[in-house]
Amino acid sequence: MGEPGTKEVFRLEDLEATGGRLMGRKHVLSILVENEPGVLARISGLFARRGYNINTLAVGPTDDNKISRITMTIDGAEHPIDQVTKQLHKLVHVLKIRDLEPGESVRRELALFKVEADAHVRQEIAQLTEIFKGRVVDVARRSITVEITGDDEKIEGFEQLVRPFGLIEMVRTGEIAVQRGRSET
Amino acid sequence: MRAVEAIMECLRAEDVEVIFGLPGGANLPTYDAIYDSGIRHILVRHEAGGGHAAEGYAKATGKVGVALATSGPGATNLVTPIADAMMDSVPTVFITGQVRTDLLGTDGFQEADITGITMPIVKHSVMIRDARDIPSAIHEAFHVARTGRPGPVLVDVPQDLSRADIDYEPVGDIDLPGYQPTTSGNAKQIRLAAKALANAQRPVLYVGGGTVSAEASAELRELAFSDKFPVTCTLMGLGAFPAPHEQWLGMLGMHGTRAANWAMDEADLIVAIGARFDDRITGKLDEFAPAAKFIHIDIDPAEISKNVAAHIPIVGDAKDILPRLTREYQSLNPNRQRLDDWWVKIRKWQQEYPLRYEDSTDSEIKPQFMVQELMRVTEGNAIVSSDVGQHQMWTAQYYDFPEPRRWINSGGAGTMGFGLPAAMGAQVGCPEELVVCLAGDGSLQMNIQELATCSDNDIPVKIFLMNNGYLGMVRQWQELFWDRRYSAVDTGEHPDWVKLADAYGAKGMRVTDKSELGDAFKEAIETEGPVLVDVHVTREENTFPMIPAGQAARDMVG
Ligand SMILES: Cc1ncc(C[n+]2csc(CCOP(=O)(O)OP(=O)(O)O)c2C)c(N)n1
Ligand SMILES: [Mg+2]
Repeated sequence: MGEPGTKEVFRLEDLEATGGRLMGRKHVLSILVENEPGVLARISGLFARRGYNINTLAVGPTDDNKISRITMTIDGAEHPIDQVTKQLHKLVHVLKIRDLEPGESVRRELALFKVEADAHVRQEIAQLTEIFKGRVVDVARRSITVEITGDDEKIEGFEQLVRPFGLIEMVRTGEIAVQRGRSET
Repeated sequence: MRAVEAIMECLRAEDVEVIFGLPGGANLPTYDAIYDSGIRHILVRHEAGGGHAAEGYAKATGKVGVALATSGPGATNLVTPIADAMMDSVPTVFITGQVRTDLLGTDGFQEADITGITMPIVKHSVMIRDARDIPSAIHEAFHVARTGRPGPVLVDVPQDLSRADIDYEPVGDIDLPGYQPTTSGNAKQIRLAAKALANAQRPVLYVGGGTVSAEASAELRELAFSDKFPVTCTLMGLGAFPAPHEQWLGMLGMHGTRAANWAMDEADLIVAIGARFDDRITGKLDEFAPAAKFIHIDIDPAEISKNVAAHIPIVGDAKDILPRLTREYQSLNPNRQRLDDWWVKIRKWQQEYPLRYEDSTDSEIKPQFMVQELMRVTEGNAIVSSDVGQHQMWTAQYYDFPEPRRWINSGGAGTMGFGLPAAMGAQVGCPEELVVCLAGDGSLQMNIQELATCSDNDIPVKIFLMNNGYLGMVRQWQELFWDRRYSAVDTGEHPDWVKLADAYGAKGMRVTDKSELGDAFKEAIETEGPVLVDVHVTREENTFPMIPAGQAARDMVG
């Protein structure tokens, strides 16, 4: 990884500082790592040390069994992220990091909602689920469980709607993401 | 062959000439292999001593220092040296024993999760899980420790794996796809930096320990001499530029010279070379060098714009970048007179505010005088290590280092007890040199056990103890900022250092009279073997000048 380029100028006064703090937006970091024990601990340690909160974290295999992908989301409004990503790059087992722009990536998360539901409201919840292109995966006498996939906004939208029925439990996987278009993430 | 013998093969292949360590149950197999490995092993008396000795060896020679420890408490005793090596980017490899793999995670006897404990303070670490990986892990450790921005690497070897039989084949290429440090600087950025330099009216070269690590001292001098650029070094950079010299401003930072700090304060262009804008340099960040643009040359991209936003960042090896920058600069034929006014200003600061202290008129030994005497007697030709405190700062101020790798101290971590074992390591690496440890009475106690190591292994370090009977630096802060409420800083009457030296098999001397100091130093230096000279200095002297913590360079006091 090199340094950011500097605009050509001839007067000292015109030089502009590079590497300003990347703040203000949510960051989705897609990190390719060698599949070695302790990698996740090293990565999360760099955030913990700075008091940064990791909002979501998803780890899974890739098409190469020696390499895993870690997807994490961090609230950039609270934490400048550039220092941490540079530190992440220094970890020997980290191969590649991509800070995905929301507009240029497709993000998905799976959530399971267990909602209080007797016979009266079961139908209503099932309809909501259908509108959200989700699925009912379990029905019991006084509850119903549905799965929803989508980006965080969609999942949070569904959560708002079912909360009044009585949300017994919500389980989310954390987002995964890919770059739009042909280029690799 | 046994895996431990493969380790020895690897160490030989890495040109390791000495290891510092102390054995235990979990690394018994390793010690069995050391027995007839032909590699020199120095038995230290505490693993921390071994770790700091490896650092001292590395800092003095530029080679990778190696220290061994057993599992559990042996390994945890290495934690401080590892943290120290991380802060000061010292190329070191630590090999620890670990409990058998079937005991891992069971709180087995002497089990400590040393890779977990040290995770935030290593450049890299690995716990061996398959004995066949041992040779490549060892070579990777050396590779990572010495390349890029150097640092400590830990290899943790479970006892059963170290005894396993493996097929050993010399390791060829290192394959670490995630570790590719940038070494060559970007040509466009270098050209731009040269232009900025040619346009600067008030430039300063701000040089850190990275310049020493990069072995780029000669290249730095070429750049500095390509015009009349003023040069200042951090505590870690001392020696990279020869002192004294007409372009030398002295050290900068909390206890730096006014000329150096004020030059930074008024500079229009600062060229940071292997330096990291530590808070001991910048003081109050918002008010640091308010008029300056920054060229930042560093091999570690994470240092760029970490504390101070760079205008022209150049990532790479200073040894590659500096000569190219010099050539580009010269090709611009800059107007040389443009720096004249700047020098008039700097000379005025230098004349008005040289480093100074009030010397005694009687027999009392002022601590600054002690360093000056050491400088005089050694003619500036010693490798000098120090501990941490006032004595460290006075040594940095008053001892002029003509070359890099002759000033061995703990800067980033400020580890008391560093001085003696580091001097020991430096002496082992540089047997022909005079190696001196300028110690503090508080600090020296923290690793004094290594005096036995020195005596038993004919390591003739000369310890000059600046004995003020205080944890002096803390006392100074209590005096200046805490209403003189001296809380837990008096180091008392003990030990009797002369007797202690004697007990450890070293020569002990005591000096309390200024007129005897020079001769005592000469005698110590001419004595064979280790010597400890207990020098009683003024008890309550303060290290000045000083930028009080969190204040700006302009607010220097003393
Ligand atoms: C291991 C460790 N503990 C505590 C400190 C805090 N500290 C910094 S300087 C200092 C005083 C050191 O005393 P001494 O070695 O006598 O040096 P002096 O300042 O008197 O020259 C202390 C306690 C430290 N730097 N390292
Ligand atoms: Mg003291």
